[in-house]
Amino acid sequence: MKQEINERELLQGLAVNDKKAVESIYKENYNMVQSLIINNNGSADDAKDIFQEAMIVLYEKVRSGSFELNCLIKTYLYSVCKRLWLKRLQHMSRYAPPIEDPESTVSVDDELEEHEKRDAEFEMMNKAISSLGEPCKSLLEAYYLQKQNMQVIAASFGYTNSDNAKNQKYKCLMRLKKIFFAHYKNENGNG
Amino acid sequence: MGDIKVLEAVERYIRGEMNPDERLHFENLRKSNGEIDQLVVEHTLFLQQMNRFGEWKKFRSSLQEVHTDLTEQGKINSARLTGKAKVVYLWKRYKRVAAIAASIAGITTLTISALVWTITPKTATDELQQLKGKINSIEHTTKEQGKEINNVKNKISHTDNTITYTTGGTGFIIDTKGYLVTNYHVVEGAKNIAVQNSRGEYTARLVFADSEKDIAILKIEDESFKPYNSIPYAISRSEGKLAEPIFTLGYPRNEVVYGQGYLSSKTGYKGDTLSCQLELTANQGNSGSPILNKKGEVIGILNGRQKNAEGFSFAIQGKHIYKVLEELKKDTTYQRIKLNSRSSIAGLDFQQQVEKVEDYVYMVKVN
Repeated sequence: MKQEINERELLQGLAVNDKKAVESIYKENYNMVQSLIINNNGSADDAKDIFQEAMIVLYEKVRSGSFELNCLIKTYLYSVCKRLWLKRLQHMSRYAPPIEDPESTVSVDDELEEHEKRDAEFEMMNKAISSLGEPCKSLLEAYYLQKQNMQVIAASFGYTNSDNAKNQKYKCLMRLKKIFFAHYKNENGNG
Repeated sequence: MGDIKVLEAVERYIRGEMNPDERLHFENLRKSNGEIDQLVVEHTLFLQQMNRFGEWKKFRSSLQEVHTDLTEQGKINSARLTGKAKVVYLWKRYKRVAAIAASIAGITTLTISALVWTITPKTATDELQQLKGKINSIEHTTKEQGKEINNVKNKISHTDNTITYTTGGTGFIIDTKGYLVTNYHVVEGAKNIAVQNSRGEYTARLVFADSEKDIAILKIEDESFKPYNSIPYAISRSEGKLAEPIFTLGYPRNEVVYGQGYLSSKTGYKGDTLSCQLELTANQGNSGSPILNKKGEVIGILNGRQKNAEGFSFAIQGKHIYKVLEELKKDTTYQRIKLNSRSSIAGLDFQQQVEKVEDYVYMVKVN
């Protein structure tokens, strides 16, 4: 019972990117995943990539409001990592051995499909913002991601007043939106 | 209202930053203006996406941070694999490849040896036995040879510096480096050859023999031999003239002996065109002696006399020395032999000529 409450607290913490919660989950599960990857043709770097991706999957799941895992965090992460790693092995056309399961697994196919789609979107956004170049990239990141005040941005970017900064931000935003919606419509048919 | 202002208003509306009056005004505007409404919907979607993207990015970087922190604290063992761990990791990673490679190598080896085994003729064992037999016989002959060599060694060490030369003749220098000409019959079957005159005694080696022309070329191979600076006489390419006065120097005995005469016939014994006939007293040991004319040219090599007939001899014509030398020069080792074609003693009388020639005529000793 206590464990259940604890797990729920962890997931709630994870949903708001609480550092303690993230650290706790990470600490509890990373070594297990690392030995899974290394025992199956992977390196420590591979293990880190896979585990972090699984963490993101979990993060997205709890962000969508569902704290009901129907299984332990450990089982969930292990299942996701295993799926992700098998997929990566196939992609690298490295020999993919059947992984024997020391841990029980749950089906995570739906979540992974969702995750892949989102991941692609985020990667696209990442690329789009990077392709804008400076100062657009920093300007937009400061305003939309770090949610900084326009006055602060104007000061730190060296604009004489916030109207100039707004002007510049507007131009950058138009460019980004153009890229974003072009892609968005492609991805979602008629949008 | 400029586009910038519109967008700012839309953002403020979406974020709920408008006060109630503003909000009401904007909602009315939105209802009446489809474009604004469209912009609000679109921008809402965009901002949502941006927010999620921002959180995704933040979460990723916090994961990265956590990973580094936990690694530093040693709470997860993802620190770079070192030492034994690295070896274990590499082994685990490549053991499958290694195993596959090893089995392929093993199979290949087995296949090849099987192939070789089947292809190899079945007579192999017989051949082996034959070889063995041959080796035995080789061993036998080697032993025999060893004995022979020992015998020869014994003989040599017995005689050592005092080789007793049983037969002999005469030879004369044709090249300053120590090449001599003599008769083939003088050195025929020789084991050891030595040449001797007032300069000294040197060992020599047969380098070329022409039994038909009865000419042999020897080379002095002795450390104490010093090459000549020049040769006084020439070797004539033309045949001598009838009645031409000639002289010879030879070693019918241990002392050089002078002989004098004339060319009595341009052909030799029984019309042999290779040689010529000389009115000259010759003795055994004179074989290989040079026949010189007044101009100091060697017109022949004394090679014999007719039995039961005293007073005349035969000589091989000098031009044949050139012919023999041409043969010899086919061997590249001897291409530098040069015959002297200009006499430096022409015009001297025989007595003076003999003085000059004497050092170039050797007794050839053979055993």
